[in-house]
Amino acid sequence: MRIDRHQPLILAFVAALAGLPAVAFAAGGETHVEKANNDIHNEASLQRGAKNFVNYCIGCHSAKYVRYNRVAADIGLTEKQMTDNLMFPGDSPHATMTNSLQADDGKQWFGVAPPDLSLVARSKGPDYVYTFLKSFYADPTKGTGVNNLALPGTAMPHVLWELQGTQEAVWEGHPDAQGNVQKRFREFKLATPGKLNPEEYDAFVRDTVNFLEYIGEPVQARRQELGYWVIAFLVFFTLLAYALKKEYWKDVK
Amino acid sequence: MSTAADKVAARPGSGRLASLTAWIDERFPLTALWKSQVSEYYAPKNMNFWYFFGSLAMVVLVIQILSGLFLTMNYKPSSADAFGSVEYIMRDVEWGWLIRYIHSTGASAFFIVVYLHMFRALLYGSYQKPRELLWIFGMLIYFALMAEGFFGYLLPWGNMSYWGAQVIVSLFGAIPVVGDSLTEWIRGDFYISDVTLNRFFALHVVAIPFALVFLVIAHLMALHEVGSNNPDGVEIKKVKGPDGIPLDGIAFHPYYTVKDMVGLGVFLILFALVIFFAPTLGGYFLEYANFEPANALQTPPHIAPVWYFTPFYAILRAVPSKALGAGLMGIAVVLFVFLPWLDRGKVKSIRYRGPLFKFFLYSFAISFVALGYLGLQPVSPAYTMAARVFSVVYFAFFLLMPWYSSIDKTKPVPTRVTYHAH
Repeated sequence: MRIDRHQPLILAFVAALAGLPAVAFAAGGETHVEKANNDIHNEASLQRGAKNFVNYCIGCHSAKYVRYNRVAADIGLTEKQMTDNLMFPGDSPHATMTNSLQADDGKQWFGVAPPDLSLVARSKGPDYVYTFLKSFYADPTKGTGVNNLALPGTAMPHVLWELQGTQEAVWEGHPDAQGNVQKRFREFKLATPGKLNPEEYDAFVRDTVNFLEYIGEPVQARRQELGYWVIAFLVFFTLLAYALKKEYWKDVK
Repeated sequence: MSTAADKVAARPGSGRLASLTAWIDERFPLTALWKSQVSEYYAPKNMNFWYFFGSLAMVVLVIQILSGLFLTMNYKPSSADAFGSVEYIMRDVEWGWLIRYIHSTGASAFFIVVYLHMFRALLYGSYQKPRELLWIFGMLIYFALMAEGFFGYLLPWGNMSYWGAQVIVSLFGAIPVVGDSLTEWIRGDFYISDVTLNRFFALHVVAIPFALVFLVIAHLMALHEVGSNNPDGVEIKKVKGPDGIPLDGIAFHPYYTVKDMVGLGVFLILFALVIFFAPTLGGYFLEYANFEPANALQTPPHIAPVWYFTPFYAILRAVPSKALGAGLMGIAVVLFVFLPWLDRGKVKSIRYRGPLFKFFLYSFAISFVALGYLGLQPVSPAYTMAARVFSVVYFAFFLLMPWYSSIDKTKPVPTRVTYHAH
């Protein structure tokens, strides 16, 4: 294309327009989120996560869209291993991961009914769930004795306190001109140790989050495996179509 | 000279197939239709990659109708069951996840393809005389598509579905006098409810698809009446050979059918990459908040429409008054229809336009993308200011067009298309 004398002016304006959002969007706050670094392809981690889920979560939280036998098949367990170790006696392996907690009771006991966790890692993200489970700290003003940095005022008690121990939040405050103190979170301090050391607790939470991410979309590992074949076929198809096009278009002068 | 096209045309006309064709042709114009619409429809030989998006839009329409058909076999349009039935499709229905991802990705793909198809028309002046009706049919398709996307987005009954619908329906409340009764009439209830879900389902699977198919047929009939435009904006029908065929025209089949197949291949690769490796596309194609069921008592942390509506949503938010904002948003969508009459340019293609048109068109394109981005972000003073700037540029493109297109310094247009054989 011929470069006429207005081109630089146009380019400059266009560049300025394109640059405007970058300037406007530079601002933004930071929230405390830790990376879960989980891996849904790690079967051992998924199996541990499933165990954690049925031991610590399912009492209050259902995963009502998730079938036990599907989980068994996906994470490398036999149906028998599943029924013997991870299910209530007498439940059908075709059953979904529900519990006997009635929503009304849950609401009565906790103030809000404990949400179903089938899709929690899909809607909130695995990093959020990981951070949430690590962010309980002692707060005597709360009925449950704990608060949570990721979800302040949460109705959920710290179910895993026995494993993690009790954390205290360390705040730093700088009084401003009016004498108001802006409390800012600095770090957690382990007040009383639990059964697991911090690294073991992190791993425990990571496995649990891994399982939650898996149940959010049970097909995801298979979806990706299949994807490579589909893409390979489509690339082949496109090359073939291109060769055909070349052949026909030889005639066009 | 024997060409590949001749070989196709010279297929032996004997045997059972030929007699079957003859039998049909006596009763239905099969061969005549095939010839007039496909094998003897002459398209300019210089059409470039921008011309893939028309046929791709048609492919996506078919993909959406077929995947939608299979979704309706397992979906339940009730507020109690809708969310669960979608999860049932994702988990328990054989290949249900694939069908659902094809449909959800297809919705976004449809808009991408249509936006590129429309931009092509702006680049090469494809809306100009004699293609005004072709353009208007196209715009009606776009409006129907917006309605289809809006109604369809409520159906998964996620929390973003719910609140997105709530926000968009409430926009009609900005209309003076009848506003409130109108929103009630649309919802069929005082709030988005089971009744709303049911009627949106009916509109999404019956009414709008019918309208879409009808409009696509009208669009194609108009196209084949006036003939395709091309990157030079030259009317190929003005220079015909002794056989009455435009000298720069080539048969749509086989030349463009084989070429479109390459475009289709590339499109399908991208489409499959999303479906198999990033079906939510970072929350843009499937929003994360929509994996929580609709909850009338709790809004998602940040409500934004799906990306294909956000350029207009950003215009709405840029205006302090809701009524005025809603009005401007509506105008921003409808203004496209008037392009054939706003454009006073003497040439069609960007190749021969002057610097003024290029300046306004490229600024408009950037504004459209920037507004789309801004519409997805939470409100902040800086964003609102940026959205105002881009809105002004957006409207300037249309409203100043009669002025800048008529005084622009254009280049001479050749009589024949530019084409280099390869």
